[in-house]
Amino acid sequence: MIPAAFDYERPTTLDEAIRALGAGNDVKVLAGGQSLLPLLKLRLARVERLVDIGRVGELRGVTETGDGGFAIGALTTYAQLMGSPAARLGVLADVLPTIGDVQVRNLGTIGGSIAHADPASDMPAVLLALDATVVARGLNGERTIGIGEFFRGPFETALRDDEILTEIRIPALPAGSGSAYASIEQRASGYALVGVAAVTGRAGAQVGITGVGHAAYRASAVEEALGRGASIQQAAAHATDGIDVASDIHCDRDYRTAMTAVYVARALEAATGRAG
Amino acid sequence: MATDVQDVLGARVKRVEDARFITGTGRFLDDISFPGLTHLAILRSPFAHANIRSIDTSAAKAMPGVVAVITGAEIPYNPLPMAWPAGGSSGIQNNVNTPRVLATDSVKWTGEGVAAVVAETAEQAVDALEAIHVDWEPLPTIVDTEKALEPGAPQLHENAPNNVVFEWTVGDRAGTERAIADAEVVVRQRLVNQRLIPNPMEVRGDIGRYDPGTDEYTLWFSSQTPHIQRLLVGIFTMGIPEHKLRCISPDVGGAFGTKIFCYPDYALVLYASKLLGGRPVKWVETRRENYVATIHGRDHVTFVEVAGKRDGEVTGLRVKTIANMGGRLSTIGPGIPTTLYGRVLSGCYRIPNVYAEVTGVYTNTAFVDAYRGAGRPEATYVIERAMDLFADEIGMDPAAVRRKNFLPPDAFPYDNPSGLLTAVNGSKIYIDSGNYEPALNKALTTAGYYELDKAKEEARRRGKLLGVGLSSYLEVCGVAPSKWIGAVGEGWGAAMWESANIKVHLTGKIVVTMGTQPQGQGHETTYTQIVAHELGVPMEDIVVQHSDTQGTPFGYGSYGSRTSNVGSTAAIKAAAKIREKAKRMAAHMLEAAPDDIEVEGAEYRVKGSPDRKKTLQEIAFALDLAFDTPEGMEPYLDETAYHDTPNCTFPFGTHVAIVEIDEATGEVELVRYVAVDDVGNKINPMIVEGQLHGGIVQGVGQALWEQAIYGEDGQLLSGSMLDYALPRASWLPNLELDETVTPSPVNPLGVKGVGEAGAIASTAAVSNAVVDALSPLGIRHLDMPYTADKVWRTIQSAKGGQA
Repeated sequence: MIPAAFDYERPTTLDEAIRALGAGNDVKVLAGGQSLLPLLKLRLARVERLVDIGRVGELRGVTETGDGGFAIGALTTYAQLMGSPAARLGVLADVLPTIGDVQVRNLGTIGGSIAHADPASDMPAVLLALDATVVARGLNGERTIGIGEFFRGPFETALRDDEILTEIRIPALPAGSGSAYASIEQRASGYALVGVAAVTGRAGAQVGITGVGHAAYRASAVEEALGRGASIQQAAAHATDGIDVASDIHCDRDYRTAMTAVYVARALEAATGRAG
Repeated sequence: MATDVQDVLGARVKRVEDARFITGTGRFLDDISFPGLTHLAILRSPFAHANIRSIDTSAAKAMPGVVAVITGAEIPYNPLPMAWPAGGSSGIQNNVNTPRVLATDSVKWTGEGVAAVVAETAEQAVDALEAIHVDWEPLPTIVDTEKALEPGAPQLHENAPNNVVFEWTVGDRAGTERAIADAEVVVRQRLVNQRLIPNPMEVRGDIGRYDPGTDEYTLWFSSQTPHIQRLLVGIFTMGIPEHKLRCISPDVGGAFGTKIFCYPDYALVLYASKLLGGRPVKWVETRRENYVATIHGRDHVTFVEVAGKRDGEVTGLRVKTIANMGGRLSTIGPGIPTTLYGRVLSGCYRIPNVYAEVTGVYTNTAFVDAYRGAGRPEATYVIERAMDLFADEIGMDPAAVRRKNFLPPDAFPYDNPSGLLTAVNGSKIYIDSGNYEPALNKALTTAGYYELDKAKEEARRRGKLLGVGLSSYLEVCGVAPSKWIGAVGEGWGAAMWESANIKVHLTGKIVVTMGTQPQGQGHETTYTQIVAHELGVPMEDIVVQHSDTQGTPFGYGSYGSRTSNVGSTAAIKAAAKIREKAKRMAAHMLEAAPDDIEVEGAEYRVKGSPDRKKTLQEIAFALDLAFDTPEGMEPYLDETAYHDTPNCTFPFGTHVAIVEIDEATGEVELVRYVAVDDVGNKINPMIVEGQLHGGIVQGVGQALWEQAIYGEDGQLLSGSMLDYALPRASWLPNLELDETVTPSPVNPLGVKGVGEAGAIASTAAVSNAVVDALSPLGIRHLDMPYTADKVWRTIQSAKGGQA
């Protein structure tokens, strides 16, 4: 499988990368390449130019913010995340080993995953539940985007054409919180047919869902029901409220809808079990 | 040394091939390059059914690096040969349509090749494909196996009314009708054996090179059958006789049957090389092409009726199967659902009345041919599901029903009374040996079959439905007596003998050259073990060569689990000839009579005078220099043997699968798998276990995950590994293997063959386990694959809930 021809640039600093990105039409950022390169090779996607940010070292690594939160460089691979303090979070410990295989986790990056915004990838649900903030930089400087505003549709995000996602900030969880991820995988691709990340604690629950709608979403109807004192089972019944549930050859709408409720309940129960 | 050597046969010897395979120094098709190599890419039809009005190649020809653009109209070759019509020469009509090297007037499935670009680089060739303009006239499509036969269905071929390829029958029609009419119990079921995509690790590919100086062609390709292809590609397709075409299979990275056949690209690269005055032309398919343009497997819709008594005795089996052959026929497509399926439907049971009708149909899908097991997994699925349905109907333990109907150990050799294994020329194969009950009992004991009720209750408390399934299979392999399978018999338009050549060189080192063709099975190791044992030499002194029609004796290749039966016996015969000649030479050297020479390992001794001896190495040295040989003896130790097997071989066994189904989600987990196989004696138990592991997993893959899905418009929706679910190691439990050993009487080693056994057995075992798990809900059958959504929906319907 051979991609159509494209130009290629490999800057070593973030500023160079942003300039390269802003300098043409049909330019895409290449991070770990685990989603974009297969699409190019299948000629399902075409670009005029790739800006390979793999050598932009400043985008790599996990730092603890001191208040219990984490700042994760966009180029941090899944494998690096697994070995970082962030993997103490139950939801990350659950999800990371299920993503791809060893080779994919060695190359695939967290920033690449969410910037690509595959509606069935796991990470968006996790970051929604963790109430993360995304940092982006473009020709006009840096801005932060709440994760709830970030995913706009399938393969569509709030990033502007000239912006590079640089960092993901995960706030500290309130003391005594628990978190978990539960999913039913599409057997061929390993992507989520239904993926649910849940954070529970005294301040209430946060639930992120992927694979179900046209983009990952916060299950606010579930969170509100729990807030009103509903049981986990009762609340989970609201998992797809207001969502246009996807249907495909692997899983039709009825099944996906039913499983979203089942897996919301399972993720909430697991998270609650970890809450202290 | 001699004693060690004797121990080699049957030992867990590490594979001699693996040094190169695991260090990345194997030489597969795409590793081969030549100066001046060009690259070919194929434009494939985006439509499942369409006429080609015209093809404009002018823009593509002008693209950078392009040296030729080829369309079907200019290629003066025949359509590809069809080597195995249903029923052989019995007079059954086969409405044959095979692919051309490139389609000329019309396409019959999405992915059929319509034009080709040859360029300096593979990238340039692929880019130029996009510049070819085809004026298409799309036609109505039909992809459904059953609907293809219905009135008003879109028609694919003028010579195939109602899309029928053939209508074939076997067995005793009247007797079976009577048995069903008179039976205490008759169970009927429709069964779908879904279409699969085989997925060898190495995709297909080939290099063609024409030599204008000699007018000879050479074809390198990833093939299981280099010798046969010299006939099929050369004579039948291109009109080139054998001595003008050399075929070479380098290391082959898996095949599962897909590389048996004659594909259009073989003649295409040879044509292109000639067109370019002899520049070599390489084509390597993409995984996507492998999905749409290399053969698929299975795809049957079957109606089974099983008749019997309330005491568990089965008295009749009637089967009606529609077999989807695809848009055109692959090389031996019609032979698979007829001879290799219909003739083995009664499995390991004594069923007095059996009758089967098989109808082959054309649809706008990729061609279907032999995939690991080839007909026998489909037959095993039918009979093993039928046994469970019958057991359920009469309220009897499925194991007890099997036990009651097994052929008893004194039944062999068994000539099926329905004539199932009799060819149209009257030649038969016999089920030559077997002892089925010990394998069943061992499997049941290991699995704790009779203590599973507690496990079911315990699972139920966890929200899981636990089920157990059996599959007592009979395999027909080690194919095949030429008289039975040959032109006047079952119709494979060829014989099926094998060949071996052994040369003992001056220093005593041995080169073994075989007509068979490995695809990862470890032939180099097992043949080395055999020859080391036979001639008493260390394995290190032996090398096994194969797969080049220049320099290897003719052979029919490797498929149908035939290598250990047919190929190994040829090697043993060649070794016996070496030993015999060495004995006569030793007698001469030792001044004794040949009858007075006794052989132990590599030592040739005068009886009663153990000090008077010569080693094989000394004898080979003397015979190679040849200045003092017996009167009339030819120099050199170089012997070739051919072997035509007197019968097939019949591995058997019982597999037990235990599954748990999550009642809330429908997810199925295979929690235990016990396999007791009788493959006769073993040349290398480690290799046998590896074959069983792989086969079992492929069969489990069919039951639980794999399915080729076509849209109504003939687009392959499961067209990549992102959508076609192949098994992964982490989804499987430890496979618990055990054995019984009933040596085959057919060959001196007592071996049977094991390449397909796992895949033949495991699908039905898992299927029966899933149905057993669902049976408390009143479910008696469910078609594969048991994807979570399908199982969940079934559970919901059974509970009367919404679905």
